[in-house]
Order: sequence, then structure tokens, then C-alpha cells
Amino acid sequence: MSGPAELLASEDRWESRLGGWVPGKRVVFRGHDLHSDLHGMSWMELYVFGITGRRFSPVELRLLNAIWVYTSYPDPRIWNNRIAALSGSARSTAALGVSAAVAVSEAGIYGGRPVIQAIDFLLRARQRCDAGDLLATVVADELQRYRFIPGYGRPVTRADERIPPMLGLLAECGLGNGSYIGLALAVEETLLDGRWRMQMNIAALYAAVALEIGLTPREYSLFMIPCFVAGMLPCTIEATTNTEGTFFPLRCARIAYEGAPRRRWGEMA
Amino acid sequence: MNSKVEVIHSKIWEEVPEGDNPFAAAASFCSGYDVYGELLGKAGWAEFVFLLFRRERPQRIQARLFEDLAVVLANPGPRDPAVHAAMSAGVGGSTHASCLMAALAVGAGQLGGAREVLVAMQAWQTCGQQLDAWLGHLVKPSPEERIDVWLPIEHAPGFDPHGASCATTVRQTLNQLANASPGPALPWLAAQRVVLETSAGCPLAMSGVAAAAFIDLGFSPQQGEMLYLLLRLPGAAAHALEQEDLGFRNFPFFGNGLEIMDDPARKHAPAHETTEVPA
Repeated sequence: MSGPAELLASEDRWESRLGGWVPGKRVVFRGHDLHSDLHGMSWMELYVFGITGRRFSPVELRLLNAIWVYTSYPDPRIWNNRIAALSGSARSTAALGVSAAVAVSEAGIYGGRPVIQAIDFLLRARQRCDAGDLLATVVADELQRYRFIPGYGRPVTRADERIPPMLGLLAECGLGNGSYIGLALAVEETLLDGRWRMQMNIAALYAAVALEIGLTPREYSLFMIPCFVAGMLPCTIEATTNTEGTFFPLRCARIAYEGAPRRRWGEMA
Repeated sequence: MNSKVEVIHSKIWEEVPEGDNPFAAAASFCSGYDVYGELLGKAGWAEFVFLLFRRERPQRIQARLFEDLAVVLANPGPRDPAVHAAMSAGVGGSTHASCLMAALAVGAGQLGGAREVLVAMQAWQTCGQQLDAWLGHLVKPSPEERIDVWLPIEHAPGFDPHGASCATTVRQTLNQLANASPGPALPWLAAQRVVLETSAGCPLAMSGVAAAAFIDLGFSPQQGEMLYLLLRLPGAAAHALEQEDLGFRNFPFFGNGLEIMDDPARKHAPAHETTEVPA
């Protein structure tokens, strides 16, 4: 039993190399004075600096910014956005609705999981290809083991409308021929050539962009946390300004009951 | 409505509309039982929650065990990170929903939290009452195959990595629940606790007892995770309200606790400045 030695050593003591506040004097942010050294930074620049400790070029920041812009869909039907809309319709607060919607975005079929799994797959695929495996073999192995490839295929619809503008921006920035971009496209080609008929979705292309920029899977996953937020606010605003309770109300008959037949509690002693 | 009406499929809930309003229920049935027409006044809270999740009413011994477990989990106390989070929201005058969201977010974790319960329950499903399987698992829990939003767990799930010996409250709980349980997990855990602790290198934690209790109640790991989150909220709520009343000046700010190791204003020595509670 190790016992509480580490707890005892940590009582009233938190050493930070990443920052803190000296009240009335300064804020230290990763070894820099926030209000003098970093005061000219854009929020995006500060956000990725906070995650990585690294500075990014204007082109890289433009790409990161585009990722957030392209994922901001003000559609209140989308499952995470729906939380923001429902909160408005139910007259909760916008902060509660939006923060819950951000938490909900760490989902399985979109958002958090595909984000980190797509970048992980591209890295593993690259390692295996570098070690001499054929990409077709890597793809087939992944499908056999996990039944899907993160970043390929899409719920609701196959085509991903974010891909053409992102590819256009990459070309404009001179990164269209990046090796990870090429890998992501080659995986799609393999999937379309085979019997799987899965198109690339934006998670694969964004993951490739992140790798071109030098983000690790964890850094990229943290970067993506607020990626849907800008689309959520319009959802909550509109639901708040409309008549309360009118966001997709459900009548009793909309519950299709498929459970146990009617029974009495008293009948079972 | 659309020509093709989209519906919510449910084996849990059925509603009959009022004659004058399709959006108001005249009767609601939970797994076939008339909730407001018959259940109310007859079923206890624990029985009803059990019914919601399992879709069958509990036997008397299951209802008793679930009730005991709800008491065990209701308040981990103000030192618990999830309750700490709720109080931290409370002292700042945050919305009450955010206090509970804070408790859920922190209490969801793999150290003493709901994810640990899920992982421990998965171990019960794999290892059952086979000691050899448990000993192998505790020495080397199966690693996640692929990277995930959850980090790899850092200790034997259901055990306290900072524990010196099994806490009295945990032993008291295990004894009571094992006696109340239809089995098989809790009585087996009570009998094998010391052997398992030796293998894990740390003592059994309350999350480990809860995981075994959920197994004996027939819940899936996902249901156990949800119920663990839910059943720990009462304490978080009560403590958040208490600290809201007391105010931030009476709540620890760890004014002397933060050491900024990389302060540009103190290049040659780490800063250790007293931080007054902000006004």
C-alpha cells in the first residue's frame, strides 16, 4: 500500500509551470506575463498556446480558425445544438445550455471521439505504411478489427460539405500536398475502390491538417473542444426569442411504447 | 406534423393524452405500471428508480440493497472532488444547475468517479468470482486498444491508490451490503477483499463496493455508471447550498497554496505569494 504520502506532500501546495494569478499584479501564462508579453495575441493564438506552449504561424492559425468556422452549424436539430435550443425554449440560461451542449459534443458518432480516433488512425496508418505495409492492408485490418474507420463514413448523409472549402483553403495556403493530407485522401480512395463505399468525412481531413501543423492527438482533441460553439449560440437565441416551449414539442402519441403490457403493482407481492 | 411521423421508441414509458390536449398526459405508464394512478403511494423511490432502469420491479431483497446503496452514495462529503466542485460553484453564486453539472463533470472520472465504476463493473463481467482472473486483472488491467477521450486508467479500478488500509467506512459498507445482497459479487468481495487488495497494491474503495452492488442488482456497467452519477448528487446539492449561504470568504481559496514555478517576474526564484481571497 503506497498510502497517502503524495496527498500529504500536496496539501496546500500546487506547483504550476503553466500559470497563475498574482492578485493586483500580474497573470502568468505559461511563463509569460499575460497582460504585457501576450496582450496582442488573438484568442485563437492564446488558446492553442495554452494547450501546446508553442506559437503558430499566421497560416497555421488561419487553418485552425477555419476548422472552427466550418464546424459552426446553427442547426438546432443537430444533437448537441439541440441542447442549446431546448435550454432556450425551456427558458434555462444560455450558459447552461451551451456548456451542456459543449459537453455533449464529446460524442461517439460525431465530435469528440471521431476527432481523437481519426488522428490516432492516421498516425497508426502512417507508421504501418512507413514500416512497409500496403495502405489497403492497413485499411482492411482496421475495418476487420473495429468495423469502421474514424473519419470515414458519416451519419445522416455521405457527402461532407466542409471538405471542398477546406481543401481549397489548404491549396491557398500551400499545404494541399502535405503528406498527411495525401494519406487521408489515399485512405478515401482505398475505401471507394474497395467494397466499402465510405467517403472521407471532415474528421479525417481536420486530423490531417492537425498533423501537418504538428499537433499531437491530445493537443488536437483539446483544440477541438469549442469547435461547435459558434453555431450553438444562434440556436439558443432563436429558441429564447420564440414562444416558450415551442421548440419541437412532442405530443403524447409521439412516444411509441414497445415495453411490458399494462399491469398492476398490487398484483405482484 | 410531417407526413412520416418520427417517434420516440421506448420500452420504459407510455402516455395517454388528455382529451382536450394531445400534449398533456392523462395517464403515464412505466413498464406497464400506472405511475400516477397506482404506483404513487405504493412504490418507494428506490423501487421506482430500479423499475425505470431494469423495467421490472425489484424483489424485496433487491429493493433493500438498492435503498442501502442510495444512502451510501448520497453524500461522499465535502472533501470529495465532485462535492468540492459543486461547492466551488455554490460559493461563487453560480446557477444551481451548474453546481450539479460541476459535480457530475468531476464525479464522472476514473478516480473515485462513475467511469471507475463502469470499468470495475466490466471487470466483474470478465472475472466473475474467479480469483485467478481477478489477480491477473488487478496486476495488469487490460489497456484500451485505441486512444479515447478517456485517458488510460492509472490504478486498479475500484481501489484507492492513495489508501493505507481499507477505510472503516468502506469496510462497514461492504459488510452491510454483503449481508443484504442476494449475491454473488458482494459476499465474494467481502470474503476475498484482503487478497484482492494485496494484488492491487491498494485498499478497496467505495467505488469498488458500489460496482459490486450494481452487479448484484443486475445493472449493466453503463447503468451502474449513470446511477453512480445520479445517486451522488444529493450531497453535492446540499453542500453547494450550504457554502452558497456561508459565502466565498469562508471557503478555502488555498491562498498560500499556488507556487508559480515559471514566473517571468521572478526568474531566479519561484514565486510564493500569498493570494488574498478576491474582493
